[in-house]
Amino acid sequence: MELFTNQVLAGIATGAIYACMALAVVMIYQAIDHLNFAQGEMAMFSTFISWQLMQWGVPYWWSFILTLAISFAGGILIERLLFKPLAKAPVLTNVAGFIALFAIVNSVAGLIWDFTIKQYPTPFGSAPFLGSQLISTHQAGMIGVTLLMLVGLYLFFQFTRIGLAMRAAAALPESARLVGVNTSWMIALGWGMASAIGAVAGILIAPVVFLEPNMMGGVLVYGFAAAVLGGLSSPLGAVIGGFLVGVFENLAGTYIPGVGNELKLPIALALIITVLVFKPAGLFGRAIVKRV
Amino acid sequence: MTAMLNVKDLRAYYGQVQALHGLTFALNEGSLTTLLGANGAGKTTTLRAICNMVRSTGAIEFEGKPLSGKSTENVVRLGIAHVPQGRGTFTTMTVEENLQLGAITRTDRKNIVADIERMYEHFPVLKERHTQQAGTLSGGEQQMLAVARALMLRPRLMLLDEPSFGLAPLIVRELFKILGKINREDKVTILVVEQNAQLALELADQAYVIETGKIVMSGNAKEIASNEDVRKSYLGY
Repeated sequence: MELFTNQVLAGIATGAIYACMALAVVMIYQAIDHLNFAQGEMAMFSTFISWQLMQWGVPYWWSFILTLAISFAGGILIERLLFKPLAKAPVLTNVAGFIALFAIVNSVAGLIWDFTIKQYPTPFGSAPFLGSQLISTHQAGMIGVTLLMLVGLYLFFQFTRIGLAMRAAAALPESARLVGVNTSWMIALGWGMASAIGAVAGILIAPVVFLEPNMMGGVLVYGFAAAVLGGLSSPLGAVIGGFLVGVFENLAGTYIPGVGNELKLPIALALIITVLVFKPAGLFGRAIVKRV
Repeated sequence: MTAMLNVKDLRAYYGQVQALHGLTFALNEGSLTTLLGANGAGKTTTLRAICNMVRSTGAIEFEGKPLSGKSTENVVRLGIAHVPQGRGTFTTMTVEENLQLGAITRTDRKNIVADIERMYEHFPVLKERHTQQAGTLSGGEQQMLAVARALMLRPRLMLLDEPSFGLAPLIVRELFKILGKINREDKVTILVVEQNAQLALELADQAYVIETGKIVMSGNAKEIASNEDVRKSYLGY
């Protein structure tokens, strides 16, 4: 029983990271209807920026806040320079853009910081959480930060005018323009926020997977899986999807004979395909009520 | 009376296809004007061209300011509300959120709350349904919502694209009564595009008739209504 609880809690902890990545993916998907393949690399780059700031002697939380601000601005910049010109281009052109961005960010990070793995600190420590052996304080911190971020985003989208405008721009761009919303900037803002959310994910996972340019490869795949599982139209679904994928992955690795660590990923993906066959909008994707 | 909106030699294009062939007309401040025409005559395109939603040439001036080169959202910010064909309802949001979106460019937050209440007075059914997802409203209710959303901008000019489309005759009458009231009491200049010529001519004080992208007739709504050609082609008697 303790093994089971242990695995579930550990699953929730890594699930928190998948949830962050899924959230970032959903933000951009809502804005431009494309999956951002470079989301993980952007997160990795942000993490390197925070690491560099700490190397220069900036305290952890200051470097955290600075990195979020830099990532936010960077996300907007990427949208303005690369994806705004591609707004009316075919899907494949956009995909090529994402892959190019992936490759560029990955190599630039390698060029600046090289490919050796680096230690990354955690502000939460790694002692047992509340004296229990089940999860560490860092894992508890990861869960806490993710939930906090989700609540913050919910409040932003539900109760601020700019959040409302962003939702309008994502739902019906033409109607949004007709009430005076500058939809183009709303998309850029979505990119900025997604980039900052990704930075949080990178910073939280770095103490676990260590810092190096390829650190987010696996994480992003799980993030996509979580986003699809929860429903690409639902930020809450993405987060729940993240936790579910994390838990399922751990339990499958532990209890299904022959799966172990190596086959976790295919098992998780099989789960997603199963869900999509029976519920194509994802678990929490909005079934839009419409009367004609 | 001064002209609030001046349209000169407006030509509009969808790709290679030209939809408007040199439209010239003017709207007087405070007027309620209707633009009549058959399917495909270019009525919708005219409204879309005013808001720069299609590629067009020619001159459009609103209160003396040229609109060409302005983005749709900046045209709207000048005080031109556009109720599009199909109503443009944000179906996944609540009725109240739809109304708030109408006022999204305004900075006078206190008045917005009061304006939402005023809309509920104009359209009591919206108050009953204010927390409901807008997509669950009936067609008529959604049209009321679209008009209310447009009014939340506190527009100087309101463009309506076939507000009667798909609505029961009784609802259309009610809607048109409200439009007349808004025009008189709130001093909103209105340009309404309609296929329901009879009702539109009863409501409007000015009318233009458009055929294959050109204005073929203009004048006082009563005169137009009694014109024999118009009666035959658009009123059916």
